[in-house]
Amino acid sequence: MQETTVTFQPTEPRPAPVHQTKAIAWLRSNLFGSWFDTLVTLALTGLLLSFVPDLIRWLFVTATFQGDDTVCRENGGACWPFIIEKFQVLMIGVYPQDLAWRPAICAIALVVLAWLTYWDRIRGVALIVAWAVLPIFALIMIGGAFGMQEVDQSVWGGLMLSIMLALVGVIVSIPLGILLALGRHYGSPAIKVLCVTFIELLRGVPLITILFMASVMMPLFLPPELVINNLLRIQIGLIMFSSAYMAEVVRGGLQAIPKGQSEASLSLGVSPVYTVAFIIVPQALRHVLPPLIGRCIALFKDTSLVIIVGLLDFLGMIKSAALDTDWLGFQAEAYVFAALVYWLICYSLSLYGRQLEKRGPNART
Amino acid sequence: MAVLGVAYLLFSNTQRNLEIRGIESGFAFLWQEAGLPIGDSLIDYDPSRGYGYAFLVGVLNTLLVSILAIVFATLLGIVVGVSRVSKNWLLAKCASIYVETLRNLPLLLILFFVYTVVLASFPHPREAIEIAEGYYISKRGIYLPRPLAEDGFAVFAIASVVALVLALVFWRWARNYKVRTGRSVSGFWGGLAIFVVLCALSYFASDKPIGSELPVYKGFNFKGGFALKPEFAALLLGLVLYTAAFIGENVRSGIQSVHAGQIEAANALGVSSGVVTRQVLLPQALRVTIPATTNDYASLVKNSSLAVAIGYPDMVSVGGTIIGQNGQAVEIIAMWMAVYLTINLFISLGMNVLNARVQIVER
Repeated sequence: MQETTVTFQPTEPRPAPVHQTKAIAWLRSNLFGSWFDTLVTLALTGLLLSFVPDLIRWLFVTATFQGDDTVCRENGGACWPFIIEKFQVLMIGVYPQDLAWRPAICAIALVVLAWLTYWDRIRGVALIVAWAVLPIFALIMIGGAFGMQEVDQSVWGGLMLSIMLALVGVIVSIPLGILLALGRHYGSPAIKVLCVTFIELLRGVPLITILFMASVMMPLFLPPELVINNLLRIQIGLIMFSSAYMAEVVRGGLQAIPKGQSEASLSLGVSPVYTVAFIIVPQALRHVLPPLIGRCIALFKDTSLVIIVGLLDFLGMIKSAALDTDWLGFQAEAYVFAALVYWLICYSLSLYGRQLEKRGPNART
Repeated sequence: MAVLGVAYLLFSNTQRNLEIRGIESGFAFLWQEAGLPIGDSLIDYDPSRGYGYAFLVGVLNTLLVSILAIVFATLLGIVVGVSRVSKNWLLAKCASIYVETLRNLPLLLILFFVYTVVLASFPHPREAIEIAEGYYISKRGIYLPRPLAEDGFAVFAIASVVALVLALVFWRWARNYKVRTGRSVSGFWGGLAIFVVLCALSYFASDKPIGSELPVYKGFNFKGGFALKPEFAALLLGLVLYTAAFIGENVRSGIQSVHAGQIEAANALGVSSGVVTRQVLLPQALRVTIPATTNDYASLVKNSSLAVAIGYPDMVSVGGTIIGQNGQAVEIIAMWMAVYLTINLFISLGMNVLNARVQIVER
């Protein structure tokens, strides 16, 4: 067979760029770069024009801001008085109205602490202690103790319950996750097998099955004399689930720490426990802070599943508000409001995560 | 020792509790008559079948919705990811708004929204939207013509398989030819042409063996045809929209992980943009995208269990009903775990094979 040679053929040189004014140049390069870009731009503009004006009209222009359901039905747009009337139920569920100031104080404390954390005003041990004390404070305030009127956990609900579940879940599951990751990384073979089994089993099944297990099966495992209420059982289920994921995140951080660190520490005579606790773990956590924040967001979103096992969290309250016979037909408003609240919380958490990423050890300089 | 002790304690407690509540244990219940109605089923089902069979129906439903959602979410995710790095400002902005919105909402909220707001806004079957003859959209679901095999279908089916094999043979030959001689023959387009032409030929030669059964409006709903129930449609749509946002992020980070210098170098060498995408960008981007996407597939399958919230009879929903009837939670939860762990094992096996093909071979 005859050998053929392929000769190199350079492409035609491009013409020199034409001088353009700024705005036109921007449009050219960003919207109408090629015929395909132009097509995409036009199609997208058409698509957006087909629903965005209607959406804005529904949300604001024809919407009702004051009045009752008859006014809403006349105007035809979104019905915001519905949300305003249901606001308290959505926030705290059927929690006694005259005690509503107690969850309100907790909410203020939470916002203040989140603000301080975001702007880096408290750090180090104070930060950890403050976040660990907050849920205890909230439990005391909401549940009632030290002479305050007690409120049964069956009436806790709404956004308050979602945040409580997520907050307690995160704060307990991070240390548990660290322990599991350490067990998997440094433990003796028996401990390692235990940790791996626990982590993989919990990560392998959906959260719903774990919640079912917590709510249906956990009473079977415990002695009949020991009764744990449903809320606590579900909280335990959430913590177990979350700690398995946290463990995997932390393990990633542990693997990123070079061996020299522990060798140096041990050769200086630091005990193994101190080496792990004060040399390895702090560095590992610094590496994985952004994904840890990601897990916190995921856990907050996952708390919405508790309605399947009968707790009325924020989404549960939204759902039951949407079925209220006085306000039938306004479920879209309820879900839009729910979306807004969830989105605001999750997005601000992810902003915080991004800010940490900029300060963290992997920051690009 | 402590672990064994705790395990024994849990076991004995469970035994005692089951006795107190009068719940049997063991898997004998699987053959008892279930008596629970199931709306959607891929296989023939009626309530006189056993619990085990009912559970199997649920497993098949889980598999169906997961597989379809994985396919569509991957396609949409690729579009979204590529759009996010597009030079077209409007497209990139729309894609990033999509990703930032969907990723920061709970899936359950999206499902409720799709199920109660989007699908409920469609008209009653009486005034169903007709896209084309036999294609209807209504509150009660989406109706499509059901394909029916007629005489000569076997011939057509065999011919299609032969065509596929021939196309694959051509594709391999084209690749070898390129390696041998350096001249390229487009194996993909050639193979596709072979497949399409042969299939079309056999379709007409065997006298059009695929008919269709059209849905007809009768009584208060459509009869016949292929029906997508609103629960299924809502679950599928919700899963696809949600997961596509995550896959889109994986695709974007994959593309951005390829050093800009690589693309510039290829452009400077005069390589055409299609070849740059296929030979330079994709192989390197996939290395980052595939492992992350494996996790998203696994969580998609697990998320399909949210079907229980909108009433689609998947495995968790059916199992939950069984627990409600006979209280054998331990067995059902063990079966759930077994099935999910198996599915996840298969996903990671498959993706590991794919991953091994795209990773750098270090010598």
